[in-house]
Amino acid sequence: MNAIAPITLSLEPFAARLSDVKGEDRKAAAGALARTGLPTPRVEAWHYTNLRALSGRVFADAPVGFDETAAQAALTRILPPDAAIATLPRLVLVNGRFAPTLSSTDLPEGVSCTSFVQSPDFGILASPDREGMVALNTALADDGVQIIVAPGKQAGQLVLVSLALGTDSDVSFHPRHSITLGEGASLSVIEIAASENAGAYLHNPVLTCAIAEKAHLTHVKIQQEAENAVHLATVYADIAVRAAYDSFTLGLGSVMARHEVHATMHGNHAAVHVNGAQLLAASQVGDITSVIAHAAPDCISRQTVRNVLSDHSRAVFQGKVLVERVAQKTDGYQMNQALLLSPSAEINAKPELEIYADDVKCSHGATVGALDDDQLFYLRSRGIPDDQARQMLVEAFLVEAVDLVEDEMLRTVLHQTLATALSQRVGAAEKTA
Amino acid sequence: MSELLKISGLHASIDADGTPKEILRGVDLVIPPGEVHAIMGPNGCGKSTLSYVLAGREDYEVTAGSALFKGEDLLAMEPEERAAAGIFLAFQSPVELPGVNNANFLRTAVNAVRRARNAPELDAVGFLKAVRAATKNLSMADDMLKRNVNVGFSGGEKKRNEVLQMTMLQPTLAILDETDSGLDVDALRIVAEGVQNLRSPDFSALVITHHQKLLDYLGPDRVHVMAKGRIIRSGGPELAKQINEEGYAAFLKEAA
Amino acid sequence: MPAVTETREQVEKLGKSSYEWGFETDIEMDVAPKGLNEDIIRLISTRKEEPEWMLEWRLAAYRSWLKMKEPTWAKVTHPPIDYQDVHYYAAPKKKDGPKSLEEVDPELLRTYEKLGIPLHEQAMLAGVEVPEGEEARLPVAVDAVFDSVSVATTFRKTLSEAGVIFCPISEAIRDYPDLVKQYIGSVVPVADNFYAALNSAVFTDGSFVFVPKGVRCPMELSTYFRINAKNTGQFERTLIVVEDGASVSYLEGCTAPMRDENQLHAAVVELVAMEDSSIKYSTVQNWYPGDENGRGGIYNFVTKRGACRGARAKISWTQVETGSAITWKYPSCILQGEESVGEFYSVAVTNNHQQADTGTKMIHLGRNSRSTIIAKTISAGKSDSTYRGQVKIMPKASGARNFTQCDSLLIGDQCGAHTVPYIESRNMTARVEHEATTSKISEDQMFYCRQRGLSQEDAVGLIVNGFCKEVLKELPMEFAVEAQKLLQISLEGSVG
Repeated sequence: MNAIAPITLSLEPFAARLSDVKGEDRKAAAGALARTGLPTPRVEAWHYTNLRALSGRVFADAPVGFDETAAQAALTRILPPDAAIATLPRLVLVNGRFAPTLSSTDLPEGVSCTSFVQSPDFGILASPDREGMVALNTALADDGVQIIVAPGKQAGQLVLVSLALGTDSDVSFHPRHSITLGEGASLSVIEIAASENAGAYLHNPVLTCAIAEKAHLTHVKIQQEAENAVHLATVYADIAVRAAYDSFTLGLGSVMARHEVHATMHGNHAAVHVNGAQLLAASQVGDITSVIAHAAPDCISRQTVRNVLSDHSRAVFQGKVLVERVAQKTDGYQMNQALLLSPSAEINAKPELEIYADDVKCSHGATVGALDDDQLFYLRSRGIPDDQARQMLVEAFLVEAVDLVEDEMLRTVLHQTLATALSQRVGAAEKTA
Repeated sequence: MSELLKISGLHASIDADGTPKEILRGVDLVIPPGEVHAIMGPNGCGKSTLSYVLAGREDYEVTAGSALFKGEDLLAMEPEERAAAGIFLAFQSPVELPGVNNANFLRTAVNAVRRARNAPELDAVGFLKAVRAATKNLSMADDMLKRNVNVGFSGGEKKRNEVLQMTMLQPTLAILDETDSGLDVDALRIVAEGVQNLRSPDFSALVITHHQKLLDYLGPDRVHVMAKGRIIRSGGPELAKQINEEGYAAFLKEAA
Repeated sequence: MPAVTETREQVEKLGKSSYEWGFETDIEMDVAPKGLNEDIIRLISTRKEEPEWMLEWRLAAYRSWLKMKEPTWAKVTHPPIDYQDVHYYAAPKKKDGPKSLEEVDPELLRTYEKLGIPLHEQAMLAGVEVPEGEEARLPVAVDAVFDSVSVATTFRKTLSEAGVIFCPISEAIRDYPDLVKQYIGSVVPVADNFYAALNSAVFTDGSFVFVPKGVRCPMELSTYFRINAKNTGQFERTLIVVEDGASVSYLEGCTAPMRDENQLHAAVVELVAMEDSSIKYSTVQNWYPGDENGRGGIYNFVTKRGACRGARAKISWTQVETGSAITWKYPSCILQGEESVGEFYSVAVTNNHQQADTGTKMIHLGRNSRSTIIAKTISAGKSDSTYRGQVKIMPKASGARNFTQCDSLLIGDQCGAHTVPYIESRNMTARVEHEATTSKISEDQMFYCRQRGLSQEDAVGLIVNGFCKEVLKELPMEFAVEAQKLLQISLEGSVG
């Protein structure tokens, strides 16, 4: 209760760059950070994920140029030419900067994309007293993409790749993305954070989504950063009347990763899905944190998060569902589940309900445990060897979350990514065994 | 070989809050190839325990006795090795596997068993052909294959799914643990026919039941009465009729 | 207009909360000057005729407290508390101590009469047998703590014959110093948290229970706490030690008079359960909650913790929390013993401007340790109620199990209900399950009851009692009836 922990974490890793920021918004953000420092476990929202891992290092700006051939090769690996996903229009960032030469020029009709450097706009998050990592992003944002879908346009699918390429020293990049959907528009974005030949970098993206009336944004993210990377992402979604933000995050990579979502339903009959799955091993820490705010009546929110933990890995789930006074007839459901596959794996879960309206239907649940013995025996009694039976159960456990993604193509991509990751994990385990 | 399964003096117990509780207290049973045997007995007599012990459930500890299957030590095998050797347990309460597709599960199991038996694995087409034929025989809807294993299945659907698995895995000894419980007449007939279709000199069954009805369909070669963890009486099909009419009381008194 | 809203408005017009226990007892008091310093602590220790080690223990706690800050993580707000504006010692004036009922101040007896519960009859207080013709009740031994002083403990003779020690803790410090010294602060260390440190420095009385090896305490033990004097803080300290194979059931009741200002209550309860022993600790907390505008009421900042030190030890907390302006309370279990068991059953009702942040911690250290948490939260008026609980499975707690069920019921659209569980597992063989729901009383349920002829208030009472049933059934019979009545009274003026 009174554990002695420093109240602030030094800004040393970014001090030089923070002292040199230009522009009002950036200066305000740097000022706020100077007052608060980076969040420590003393801050409730960072109770379980300790950024101490960043201290003692100095993060430099990522290099601006990159090796075009290496980047192309990496993209071919990430988006194999024979996969359906390779046919989709793509936007590519390399080391936090928009790379026009790697990106599609022919975006679907009604979709426009500009890079953040072209027209920097911090949007709704200009206020500096935001979450620490968002303030850091605001102060240091290098680039990013700003996607706008015109009203009524059904813009289909779009791939957004963030590639860390050949960064062997401590570098950090802080892209600032935004997605704006006009009234009645729809878009599916599949965001892939990946790396090629990259070391211990920090990727700190911020994405803001403005979803107008009756618009529908599907946002699927696959995080497979380099094994020594730190990935700290924040997403804000503002959802209007009858609009929907349907999201799924799959956490596979990084030594430390956090996917933080703030989704606020401002209009009646809006819907939010913040689903996810994490497959962690070695000494990975994976954190899914969300605040789903019901700020209007008759809205629906759903959240299912599943974690599979091997070795010394640790998963964190913090999910708050906030129902404001006006948000009568709210329907909220939240479920967090974890499978512990190793004696030293750990889960910390904090599913939270904060409710100020009375006519609501809200529930949450959480379970933690090992694989079910009955299920395992059933599979084995049908002749399936122990290892294979375990893998089937693990995959099934995660697939149940993946199957909540409605877009069939994105779901298929997730299934394949997951199957590949699982077979690699098993392969790695067999090698060490 | 006149003994497919030979159980001798089998004792087994389960851990009940730290202290072992003995449930099987010296079971002796022989099942020759090609025969259908029934085990009847009051609740708690150890029937289900026997089926779990034979299938290799780890919760039970065998404290004495032996079980030879095709002359080999059954109790030394892992559950999947027993399945490959030809033991199939139709569960009293089939387990639900959320997220595991029924067809995929079945194909994985069939090919694992075939691999172990040195039979060629079935490709997708071959498997689908075989499974379609089987589901048709069992009057099962095709969509049962697309659903998750036993999830949201009715009681009857679950039991049919067990028989489907049995059909596909081609066991030499099927243990049916109250497969007839909770079934209506039509479903019972379908399940019984599923078993009858497998009958051959290379297929035996051990049927655990409370009811005469299933035995009427199957025509068992031998009937065993189990009580307090032992087989207390064995006889022909007439024994089942006698139990049906008189109950277990007389047998229990005799045994006591 | 929906029927429910209509009733709410009607009742709001009545505008008066019905705190039946809001009387003040006019008794001559011996009060220490306001404020807290080492001299006051010395004064308390002297008045209690304590040994030197106890004074040193208190001073050590005080010195830690000086360096500590009030915790801010709970979802409660209150104006800053001036800890120097509180009397840390107030006691009815001593007249050589009552030796029999006749010698007890008649005002005090009238107080008990008004309290009604759970002192049942004054006869019981004096240890008199139940009159003939009246239904015999299970005898309950009572320790009554009035402001800072324990005024009467009943049935001591019967208990001592069984080997059970049940007495005011001040007496235990004098008479059983070795026992007290061994266990006090062993579950809640002096510097555990801000309020526990404060309590350790200034606690004035409370109960001490010791049940020796193999003894099942022959009757329910009960302590009755009442804050009476103005501007006094109440800091009672309870210590219950149950040796191998022994068991006890302990009840605790609390009330305070209506006052405009807020009064501070910071208690510490420590339970120690050895091998194969069990402790059942039940609380009905009905401190004055403040008026309908949120004026006055008790600040109830309580640290309760039990340690299951031996194998198969069991600690069960049951609480019905209806009172206090602010409740900050997390009765917890440290499950050290193999196969030890922790239970927490809670009903927390808030109305008007009350704030409650309550829950539990289950710390699993022992193999196959098990815990169950059932928490029911009912919020009405403009109140806020939070369930905050932690389930922590440590690496050695193989086979540990926890089940948690938290349900919240909102009555009216001006209140809040919050659920904040912390689930931390570091053992793959452990299984933790948590479920929580939030809902309101449905119009269908109300209509159904009313169609069957119930008034709205009765219908709400019925439904709320049904909602809390799983918890109420854990209370000893005598308390259960009382608790049901309290639930209904607490919700009066807010039905809907």
